[in-house]
Amino acid sequence: MKRSIPFSKAINEAIHIAMEKSKSVICFGLGANDPKRIFGTTEGLVEKFGESRVFDMPTSENGMTGVGVGASLNGIRPIMIHQRLDFFLYALDQVVNSAAKWYFMFGLKKSAPITIRLIIGHGWGQGPTHSQNLQSWFAHIPGLKVVMPTSADDAKGLLLSSVFDENPVIFLEHRWLHNVHSEVPEEYYEIPIGKAKIVSEGSDITIVSYSYMTLEATHAAKVLKKYGISCEIVDLRTIRPLDWETVFTSVKKTGKLLALDSSSPFASVASEIVSRVCLDIFDSLKMSPLRITQPDYASPSSFGLTKHYYRGAKEIVMEVCKAFGVNPDDNDLTELEKKPHDVPGDWFKGPF
Amino acid sequence: MSKLLIDLYTSALRIRLTEQEISARYSQNRMRCPTHLSIGQEGVAAAVGLALRNDDFAVSTHRAHAHYLGKGGNLNTMMAEIYGKKTGCSGGHGGSMHLSDLSCGFIGSTSIVGNSIPIGVGLGLSIQLNETDQVSCIYFGDGSVEEGAFYESVNYAAVRNLPVLFMCENNFFSVYSPLDVRQPKDRKIHEMVRAMGVRSDVGDGNDTLGIYNKVSDTVKEMRNGKGPFFWEFYTYRHLEHCGPNWDDNLGYRSEVEVKEWLGKDPLVKLKNDLISNGVTEQTINEIKLKLVAEINVAFDFAENSEFPTMEESYKSEYK
Ligand SMILES: Cc1ncc(C[n+]2csc(CCOP(=O)(O)OP(=O)(O)O)c2C)c(N)n1
Repeated sequence: MKRSIPFSKAINEAIHIAMEKSKSVICFGLGANDPKRIFGTTEGLVEKFGESRVFDMPTSENGMTGVGVGASLNGIRPIMIHQRLDFFLYALDQVVNSAAKWYFMFGLKKSAPITIRLIIGHGWGQGPTHSQNLQSWFAHIPGLKVVMPTSADDAKGLLLSSVFDENPVIFLEHRWLHNVHSEVPEEYYEIPIGKAKIVSEGSDITIVSYSYMTLEATHAAKVLKKYGISCEIVDLRTIRPLDWETVFTSVKKTGKLLALDSSSPFASVASEIVSRVCLDIFDSLKMSPLRITQPDYASPSSFGLTKHYYRGAKEIVMEVCKAFGVNPDDNDLTELEKKPHDVPGDWFKGPF
Repeated sequence: MSKLLIDLYTSALRIRLTEQEISARYSQNRMRCPTHLSIGQEGVAAAVGLALRNDDFAVSTHRAHAHYLGKGGNLNTMMAEIYGKKTGCSGGHGGSMHLSDLSCGFIGSTSIVGNSIPIGVGLGLSIQLNETDQVSCIYFGDGSVEEGAFYESVNYAAVRNLPVLFMCENNFFSVYSPLDVRQPKDRKIHEMVRAMGVRSDVGDGNDTLGIYNKVSDTVKEMRNGKGPFFWEFYTYRHLEHCGPNWDDNLGYRSEVEVKEWLGKDPLVKLKNDLISNGVTEQTINEIKLKLVAEINVAFDFAENSEFPTMEESYKSEYK
């Protein structure tokens, strides 16, 4: 049975189901058992599974990641959670030098099946150290899987796949997706890691996107349709391994590519998409590929700056229109702007 | 004596009234950034700020308003920073969690727990290399003591005998997580640090004058080359971890505990100390009126300042 629930609830449901399915699944993170329950995503877990399996932790991201990796080497499947991706940077050594390399470095005998949920902040003054989109860092590391769902149903299915995957998975959640609803099955199901999804079919241009930017792309595509431009939106869902086949098939069909990214452009996921399309299927391109990312600067805190910093549906429409020689209507562009631009919706109650 | 008490009271009250005003106005949604208030914890900031010289260095955390003001920071530019304005002490780029003002030695506050601790030790190293008698003060909470960066920093400060004042405000919580899920029951943080080779002591974070006297002595010794010192002060934040409200409806701290700490308010103690030192109610009121006027000016300054522009703020990625 499917019903409409928000992304955060889907995550919560996935953890419940994973912990019921296997005693080896544990769940921990700073604030896991506090009254806010990590934006509601750890609701009800400690009551059901007890404090030995669901626990708060010291402010020790590096050490605790290593502890999680160690446990995972002996049959435990940890789900570790951080309220901001940025806090987790302390743990890069453990994730890059240990978790990611273990399987290779010790002769393919053992892997480290840990799942690390990192929440990406956005808006409301989150600023330079609370809103970084570092997915391409993680995707750069052989041995890590990097998952970035957009919809609630994908979030649930991909989290379950991640927890029962034999490898370390970095599971990235954009904070502005937490309250976005979709139809989610109640039962256990997996969405395979490494499979992209065509969220809307189209014939004129392929928009490759993932996570929050897919929502912006969807808004943009509706407006572009009015101008007779039909967009095919490919939601990657997984950054590594990346589903090149789906990307290539779509670009071969449309002959045009726009790669979207919520991070800065240099060595980004979007630049990898552009690069591989050019390298592998250059002949199918009918024009130079396009790319929209955030500016190549640290993200600001000020309301006056974030207004111009974050890119979304409006910029997508402008970029695609330019490429197609279409003049977009000013009203359409204004309609696409979020007001106020720094909160995801009425449900958002700052200040975090 | 009463001059010192008046200075301490003025500083603490300035912090208190400023933060109460932030709390009152936050829901107007014009301060659009996370904000962590120190209401209840002013004693340490006021006392240590006065015990330090303007040219001493300080670094702090997400909860830095009090430390900044106590260290002689500019109220106008702090408020402008919280409002995200160009006139802010960090150019409006950082918001509440990233305050920096070189003119009063406040080098910077950062928002990753533990992140500024090694920075403070590095400033201490620079002082030693430059052979001056400055001190580097690092403000942080009990949560920071769990980060590896803390231990690595304490160790190095001890190895090099650096002029670093570790200032731990133990308010017993990291967000909503109480100490008992983060640290072993019988640990005394200052004792643990002493075992690592840094002199340490503990004190009452609500006794502002007491903190001032203790820390002044420490700083004096440090200027004479006695090396790092770790102070732990027990204190309590009255409001929620992040934001303008009370959050005791969440039930993460017991009513009894909250009530007990509210009764130990450092400002009440300061005021009583003033009165028992013969300072009149009228003088105390005058201080308050002056501060209220100053705070109103600061909010007006912040509200009337311009936002930074992309062209100015992103002139260059590099200096
Ligand atoms: C590395 C890191 N982990 C987690 C956080 C989230 N966080 C912000 S403030 C805070 C509480 C830290 O507690 P403490 O150091 O005692 O300072 P207090 O808030 O009590 O002043 C936490 C966990 C963070 N900012 N950085």
